[in-house]
Amino acid sequence: MTRVLPAFVLIPLVMAFVLPLFGKKGKNAATVLANLATITLLVLAIACVGKKGVYQVGNWSISVGIILVLDGLSSLMLLAIGVVSAAAMLFSAKYMEQYTAKSKYLSLFMLMVAGMNGLVLSGDLFNLFVFLEIASLASYALVGFGCEHEELEASFKYMVLGSVASSFILFALALVYGNTAYLNMACVAKAIQTSGLNAGLMFALALFIVGFGLKSALVPFHAWLPDAHPSAPAPISAMLSGIIIKTLGVYSLARVVFNIFGVSVQISWLLIALGVLSMVVGVFLAVGQWDLKRLLAYHSISQMGYVVLGIGIGALILAQNGNVAWASLAILGGLFHLVNHAVFKTLLFLTSGSIEMSTGTRQIKALGGLVEKLPFTRAACTIASASIAGVPPFNGFWSKLILVVAAIQAGLFGLAAVTVIVSLVTLISFLKVQRYIFLGELPENLQGIKENRGTMLAAMVFLACLCVLMGLLVIVPSLRESILEPAVKVLTAGPGYWASAGIIKM
Amino acid sequence: MPYALCFLLFMIGLYCAVVKKNMVKIVIGLAVMEYAVNLFLIMLGYRTGGAAPIIDKTYLEPGTTQITANFINTSVDPLPQALVLTAIVISLGSLALIISICIRIYERYGTFDITEIRRLRG
Repeated sequence: MTRVLPAFVLIPLVMAFVLPLFGKKGKNAATVLANLATITLLVLAIACVGKKGVYQVGNWSISVGIILVLDGLSSLMLLAIGVVSAAAMLFSAKYMEQYTAKSKYLSLFMLMVAGMNGLVLSGDLFNLFVFLEIASLASYALVGFGCEHEELEASFKYMVLGSVASSFILFALALVYGNTAYLNMACVAKAIQTSGLNAGLMFALALFIVGFGLKSALVPFHAWLPDAHPSAPAPISAMLSGIIIKTLGVYSLARVVFNIFGVSVQISWLLIALGVLSMVVGVFLAVGQWDLKRLLAYHSISQMGYVVLGIGIGALILAQNGNVAWASLAILGGLFHLVNHAVFKTLLFLTSGSIEMSTGTRQIKALGGLVEKLPFTRAACTIASASIAGVPPFNGFWSKLILVVAAIQAGLFGLAAVTVIVSLVTLISFLKVQRYIFLGELPENLQGIKENRGTMLAAMVFLACLCVLMGLLVIVPSLRESILEPAVKVLTAGPGYWASAGIIKM
Repeated sequence: MPYALCFLLFMIGLYCAVVKKNMVKIVIGLAVMEYAVNLFLIMLGYRTGGAAPIIDKTYLEPGTTQITANFINTSVDPLPQALVLTAIVISLGSLALIISICIRIYERYGTFDITEIRRLRG
């Protein structure tokens, strides 16, 4: 099984350089090829569920060479990347016809997927940085893809903050190397366990938290997200909100905090504070928005808060040597919400793209009565809105329920209340979306609009089905044990994970 | 002491990127930050009077493939140099992209002043 691991990086990387060669005439062939690639990656990711393995690139020994590590957490992230990129690519097949230079778009898209797949598989810190930069560079270019005033401005803002974040991460890497003489995650974790944290490593951890916090747009660092995500073309907004901020931000943060440095009470409280701040500030900024995609972008900040809160509560219980079962539950809630958010936020951005393509606007006040004109988009949007607001039986409900239960078990009743209140405000915000866009009077200038069918519809139906069915991931024990629980176990094992998984000898 | 100066350079770059209003100056600030980090990485492996980390016959124990202790004690650490090469290539790519975006913005807005480029709000 470990032999297929390089394919996760190689397939999209090779595609990224082959697709621009097709040029204008071969763009249909290029689209088909790109779709085949994303679907192949999804199939490979499904095949990797429950598997473990280490691939040593070029057969160098672990402490000096590059290794790719497949474990529960990486295979969960690979699965999420596979689902989101396959749906977004299917949607782009028709949606991106409005833009020129489609083959360049496909190439950048593939580069982004290659970066993310490499990032989640990477077993050493510097490689993680390189793949993070590949994915970031592709996403900067894609945000500015339309080359209009707003898009360029958003891209510039995103790039400046993203480059600052990358410099922070590289600086932290240098500090880690200087203090432990290793870059391999397993060896660094071992060195830190034997010698303990010194001032340099504490500083490195702080730099990592700021860097990955910027990449995942947690609240004090969120300024770029509400500009960058709405400005991109709809499938790219879906990729950015759906998966980029999770792999580049939260996944890397969790990996570094849990599996390399080990959790402490202060760091857990920092994570909880970041999570709660993101949840509350994000949702209250979202309620007042009248631009559909901007509203969705603010909700991304808020929902990322849930994920970080779940992970933070888990870290707190672990750091206080509490009951591991409850820590696992909190982390399970966080990771499950991460996957759920990937699915429903992708779906929401795709429906916003469908609405924008049919009507030519995304201002909520300029729309209305679209229920008859866009019945399928409406159905998909309603399902996704119910999911994000935590209405049973959709997937968002289950993950929020787990988070609330975990918060109560940890004795943090205030946080449980905040979680529920933020969820209610989210519901209000999405009722507004439903009311103003789909119900009410149809404006005169929108009488002649038509819904876009074909691949765009297929992508939305696929994600809507997932939204309904994903609750099964926690209800059915065999699915939970094969997909979610291995991922949770990686994080709860802490810095000792690498030895217990047999990646290095203690 | 060199490490502190390196950190100072990093902070100067950060200050420049955060405070300046001109897009080109912001980009210069980002570049300074990246140079500071590269310099820091190189200094980690530096050794005064050290030898280049290239193993030739004089550094092997006679008749074996064992590296002499002398080589280990005098050579500089080669890994940070490899890391810096990679980091320079990455920062070259991102600088090229950000500069091209700056040129496009100048074509659209006719200014480099970020206080006048404010179509996005909220």
